Amino acid sequence: MAGLDMRGSVDLTDRDRSMLAGDFGEATAAAMRILVAMAGVYGAERLLDIEGAHIDGCLYHGDSGVDFAELLVAGGARVRVPTTLNVGGLDLLHPNEFAGTAERRAKALRLMECYEEMGCRTIWTCAPYQTTPRPAFGQQVAWAESNAIVFANSVLGARTHRYGDFIDICAAIAGRAPAVGLHLEENRCGQVVFDLRSLPPSLRSASWLLPAIGYLVGERCGNRIPVLLGLEDADEDGLKALGAAAASSGAVALFHAVGITPEAPTLEAALGSHDPARGGGKAEEWIEVTAADLRVALRRLSTVADVAPPTGEAAAQAPPGSRRPARPGADPASANGRARDLAIDVVALGSPHFSPREFRDLLPLVRRHPPAESVEFVVCTNRLSLDFLERSGELSRLRALGVRVVVDTCVVVAPILRTPAGGVLMTNSGKFAHYAPGNVGFDVVFGSLAECVRSAQAGRLWRDPELWP
Amino acid sequence: MSGVALEGRVLVAGAGAGRVLRLEEPLSFWGGVDPATGTIIDRRHPRCGESVAGRVLVMPYGRGSSSSSSVLLEGVRLGTAPAAVVLRELDGILALGAAVARELYERSPPVVLLEAADWETLPEGAEASVDVSGRLRIAG
Repeated sequence: MAGLDMRGSVDLTDRDRSMLAGDFGEATAAAMRILVAMAGVYGAERLLDIEGAHIDGCLYHGDSGVDFAELLVAGGARVRVPTTLNVGGLDLLHPNEFAGTAERRAKALRLMECYEEMGCRTIWTCAPYQTTPRPAFGQQVAWAESNAIVFANSVLGARTHRYGDFIDICAAIAGRAPAVGLHLEENRCGQVVFDLRSLPPSLRSASWLLPAIGYLVGERCGNRIPVLLGLEDADEDGLKALGAAAASSGAVALFHAVGITPEAPTLEAALGSHDPARGGGKAEEWIEVTAADLRVALRRLSTVADVAPPTGEAAAQAPPGSRRPARPGADPASANGRARDLAIDVVALGSPHFSPREFRDLLPLVRRHPPAESVEFVVCTNRLSLDFLERSGELSRLRALGVRVVVDTCVVVAPILRTPAGGVLMTNSGKFAHYAPGNVGFDVVFGSLAECVRSAQAGRLWRDPELWP
Repeated sequence: MSGVALEGRVLVAGAGAGRVLRLEEPLSFWGGVDPATGTIIDRRHPRCGESVAGRVLVMPYGRGSSSSSSVLLEGVRLGTAPAAVVLRELDGILALGAAVARELYERSPPVVLLEAADWETLPEGAEASVDVSGRLRIAG
């Protein structure tokens, strides 16, 4: 780690100073004060120009977020670069898809309006990279939303540091960001190699396991930059699922997948060893990922005890408190790992938001296996996917089958679910699996898309014998 | 106060005091802390059920969602934030929540960064204080 004496002052341009002085309005001055404070935190020597932003601050977490947005709006804030918005707290197209209080709804709505008033594009999605023109390779942007950050950096090769609420809109208003971290080429070298090559090919090419691989990577590498070696060709939806899981279990903002992502044509390139000036070239740590590691990650993705490892190996590997029956009567892990008698109350898909392609996978499954009436089946997505469903006539068919399609928001960040907390939620999303217990109070079971659909039909956990032999 | 004094790097200046809550495993405030009460609600976290409110929160770094800054800010508004945050590695997301709190509410917990060797010495449950210059004192 860098020493503690790096608290140099930030070298500002004349224009930066002018913005700070209030020449561009009070909101720009406030945005610059926060940017300069954060540049100091990061130890940045200067600010740099950005060409786009993605804002996470439009999601209602409490009144303080509204207070901040109102402060900016009152100060005349307008974004200076093309700026998109992450999910909000409401489905604006389907106002009935909200189970919260009228007061909360009003505040969530007001917050979304504030960001619209600042000139942001109202795409309301956590997968902006699948809806709007995407940042180009090497382009400097300021993105928030952990899964979007990791996708922009890793899959697109755009450059953003790991931003959060508030600084994202400050950067958009000023068109500036601290020149630090992943904005700078020298900080983008891989540090920890996850060697997947000894896994059986069937596991390496199983798209449903990518969230488990991501979850394992996030847990093991923390805030270092992982390099995945031996990942079979994963499509963008797979990389999105992997990245979202890694950014949930760890502070991963960039990963390299050798042969797949643009900064990793080779292992050497991913580690930066072609250029000694980048300071890379050697992995700090080399982790051989085994099938047993993957099983541990799978168990960590579920909070109920019914997910036994396929080989029935020691349950002792699970961390304390992570596995317990969801409710009295739930069958604890047994030796063969098959589906057992666990009631499923909710199936939630779409974190990050479902793409048209993911819907194409879902549609035939759900037609063949429609959900039971007792199961709440929700898919979170964006308006682009909704258009696809509407144009193809699938939306009304899905709804007739009992599938709720929610846009602009997400079930783990807003009161969308109608089922009371305390039940069991099944998902194929590593991010939902990670956040649903804390945010909405459900136990979770992680499974493949087909397992989610079949479980919804049965009203009980269904395990694919092919996957869990 | 007698005892040990450690010099930290100020990320966001402020003053605060309380008992040390020492998390060896990083915690995402978003999905991990309930801002209404300050309780840790991440069931996978070993310290789930304990409260960060009024504590000198010692943890290596934050993890997970970028919404954590919002949760810290909301905690400041509601009075459930930690008294101070003491990190081992730079974490912009929590520092940001504190910096915005200062801009918006004119108060925030200090966020300081310690050298790893110093960070390791902070004992769970000890009374500790952080001053505006980043000096951390532990009651001896």
